[in-house]
This record gives sequence, C-alpha cells and structure tokens, in this order.
Amino acid sequence: MLNFRCPNCEITADETDLHCDGQAHIERFGAGASDDDLETYLFMRHNPKGVHFERWRHVFGCGKWFNAARCTVTLEVFGTYSAQSLVPPKSLINKIKKKRPEWEGFVK
Amino acid sequence: MKRYSAFAIAKNALSHHQGWERAWAKPQMKKEYDAVIVGAGGHGLATAFYLGKNYGITNVAIIEKGWLGGGNTGRNTTIIRSNYLQDPSAAIYEKARSLYETMSQDLNYNVMFSPRGVMMLAQTEAEIRGYKRTAHANKLQGVKTEYIGPQKVKDLCPIIELSGPRYPVLGALWQPRGGTARHDAVAWGYARACSEMGMDIIQQCEVTGVTQSRGKVTGLQTSKGDIKCKKLGIVVAGNSGHLAEMAGFRLPLESVALQALVSEPIKPCMDVVVMANTVHGYMSQSDKGEMVIGGGTDGFNNYTQRGSFHHLEETVRALIETFPMVSRLKMLRHWGGIVDVTGDRSPIISKTPLSGCFINCGWGTGGFKAIPGSGWAMAELMAKDEQTGLGAQFGLNRFQEGRFIDESVAAGVAH
Repeated sequence: MLNFRCPNCEITADETDLHCDGQAHIERFGAGASDDDLETYLFMRHNPKGVHFERWRHVFGCGKWFNAARCTVTLEVFGTYSAQSLVPPKSLINKIKKKRPEWEGFVK
Repeated sequence: MKRYSAFAIAKNALSHHQGWERAWAKPQMKKEYDAVIVGAGGHGLATAFYLGKNYGITNVAIIEKGWLGGGNTGRNTTIIRSNYLQDPSAAIYEKARSLYETMSQDLNYNVMFSPRGVMMLAQTEAEIRGYKRTAHANKLQGVKTEYIGPQKVKDLCPIIELSGPRYPVLGALWQPRGGTARHDAVAWGYARACSEMGMDIIQQCEVTGVTQSRGKVTGLQTSKGDIKCKKLGIVVAGNSGHLAEMAGFRLPLESVALQALVSEPIKPCMDVVVMANTVHGYMSQSDKGEMVIGGGTDGFNNYTQRGSFHHLEETVRALIETFPMVSRLKMLRHWGGIVDVTGDRSPIISKTPLSGCFINCGWGTGGFKAIPGSGWAMAELMAKDEQTGLGAQFGLNRFQEGRFIDESVAAGVAH
C-alpha cells in the first residue's frame, strides 16, 4: 500500500485515506486557446514508466490537496510537496536524481 | 499445417501423440517486411491475421517483447459482450462478438467460445434507467439485448441474493449471446493461423527505436537487430505511450492496473456471466469450475502488474453481498494487468502523425471481448491507409475535435 506524508497536516496517510487526481503541473488553457493547446490541457497526459508527478488529495483527513513524486514501476514514493508549487522543489528533484541517475528530469 | 479434427486425434493416438507438429513456426527475423506489427497479444495477432485474410498482405512480422499472449490477453476475465451505448462502439464490439461465434471453425482451433449470456445488474434507480436506455439503443443498433426484471435474474442465476441490504438487485441488462472464451486459445489460434499464412512471429524481441525518414516510418530497431518495413502497427496496450514516444508523438492515455482473481474449483453453480457495476465486481464460472472474479482499477498510474489489496477487498466484499455463497470460497490466484485508458474510455484505432505508422490502443479494461473486431478494423486501416470502415470513428483526432465516443458515462463503470 502506498504511504504519503501530507505536507498540509504532516500526517503520514495510507493510500485508502487519499485520492489521486492524476498528473500535476498541467498548464491550463481556456477560451481563445488553440485547438492543440486545449487538447493537450484536457487529454494529453504524461504516462511515464518511472518517475511521475501527481496531485493527491487527503480526502479522509485534512481534505487538502498536495503534490507527490512517485515511481510507477516500483511504487516508491520519493516525496510530497505543496500543491501551490508551480514546479517540483529542487531538493526533491535532486533526491530523485540521486536515486535514479538515468531519469531525464522533470518535464512540464 | 495439419488440420485439427477428431480424426487427427484418433490418428495421432496410434503414435502415442508424438506426431503433432508445432502449432506455429519459430522463424528467423528477415531484413524487411511489408508490414510489422509490434505486440503479439490478441489484438496484434488478430490484426496480422485479417491483414492476411482480408487483404492478402502476408509478408508480415509480429514482434513481441515477452511471449505471445502473455500480456493482457492472458490476464483478463474472458468476458465477451457488445451491449454498448454509442453506435461506433456497439458496431465494433458486435462485429467482434459475431466473429467469436465462428472463430473456432475459422481458425481450426478450439477457442471454447461459450455464449452463455451476460447480465449487467441494475442495483440503483439510475442504473435501471441507464440499462433501459442501453437496451433501446441496442435495439436500434441491431444488438440483441433485453432489460429483464429481478425474477428473471433469479431464474437465470439462482445463486444471486436479490434483496441485499445495501444494493438490492432491481433488474438487469441481459445479452443472451454474450459469454466467455478461452483467452489463451484466442492468441494461440490466431498465431497458428498467421504462421500458416507465412507470417513471422518473433518472440523475446524488444523494440528499442522507430526509424523514420521525412515523416515516414522506415523500420524498427530491436534487441534482435534492425528491420525495415513499409507499414508499422503499434498494438501494445499498456506500453503504447512508450512506443509512441519512440515514434515521436504523444497519446491521450494513462496506464493503470486492473486486477482479477479466481477461487478454488467448485461444482457448476452459475452458467451465466454476471456484472455488478455499482459495487464494482463481476463473476463467471470457468470450465474448470473456478469462480473468475474481476474488480476495478486503481486510481493512479501504475506499471507493476499488481494492484492494491484494498481494491481487491472492496471487490470481494461487494460480491459477497450479491453472492453470499462465495464467502466460503478460498481464493487461489490473484493477478493484475496494465490497461491503457483514454479520456472517453473508448479505444484508439488511428493513423498517427508519422506516415505509415498506425496505432491500436486504449482498450482500457475491456479489450479481450474486442479482439477480432479490433484486428478487423486495424487491418482495414493499415491496408487502406485511411480512417474508414469499422474503425472510422476511433481516430486520434476525435479528442481535438471534441467528437467523443463517450462510454465512460454509458457504462457508468470501468469495463
């Protein structure tokens, strides 16, 4: 079972306390955007075999959103951080790079 | 290739069954093919088969990373049905179902298709309305289904408990010509037929790159060397995103784990397939007597081919309410498969930005039932190089055009 430390309430929560809402850091487009941009925003998703950045919500807890970095192959959770971040924190990226030297880095 | 028949069994019995030949050849990879299919699962093999059968294209290689039929074709709950709401889906799934009916004869390979009937239980008021709507839509589409009341449900499946405390059974959508088939045999039967047509099935061969020149596909790099091809079909389910990246385009897909489990074998107690979508579980009895149980997907991207225990518990807990007798059963095996899910829960059978490269993916949690129809449509797409026929509506451009085939709402469940 996945375990996350919620950065909002500092509680370590199980997967059953949480809800995943897919890829984090999606750039949003609205009215007036091009077809390509709108399609990317609505449907195109990163689907990596490896390091993935996601939005999670601590539904059966504080109820707040946070972001997490997780490996989709080993299910290892690298860390969590505030949902207000536009990009993952440097410290987390360095931590992942240390563990996964072959990882190409964060791609928006 | 020797034909399988009762006579052949009798004849081979005289030589202690030592005389059977290999079902499919183990060829050396050639340098060049007219078409290469990546992925020797049901969908890939069916694509190759119909390329040969319907369009006479037999200079074909089917490349497989693992072993043939070892992905989701060997990991599903073998349910076959076509009671979909939207016209394009009903058409392709009904085509698949009708091809299953004659598959054993067509392939000269017993796929043990058993049209035992599939019912989808209505356990809420909303589901009653939803399934009645589907039954009406199916009538217009020429798919034979019927909405039945609780008493008929009980008659068809006596082990159901109708008055469950949380989710009573209020009725069901009944498709009498749905059923199950032997999943491995579908892959093996197609493989044997493809091999007989002279196609090369290359197993244990991983694709490492797609070569292209001036926007057109020219070949593949693989762990067994480079090959040239005029046309490339990518039919790799959960790994589609990975292959698409090599070919230089993105897909609107996410890969998640879907799990299933089987019980110890018991005496025959249920001769239909029952799906309970509100509580998210479905069950049928295999010919060996095992109860085959399928559940829902985990809610996050996953490539591990195993799912969360709590999802398993939810599935079994839900089924115990509807089938109290399963509470005493021991579960024998449990496994997961990686399914590729699109935004509208309908598959992609499409041309791609790379000319000569075609993709068939996004079957999500319901690919087995579609194998022959999917192969039929994909072969048509590859042979004609245009988005037409059975797969016409399933192009990648539908996401940009907002022209969805919205089955996530239609079924109300991952399926």
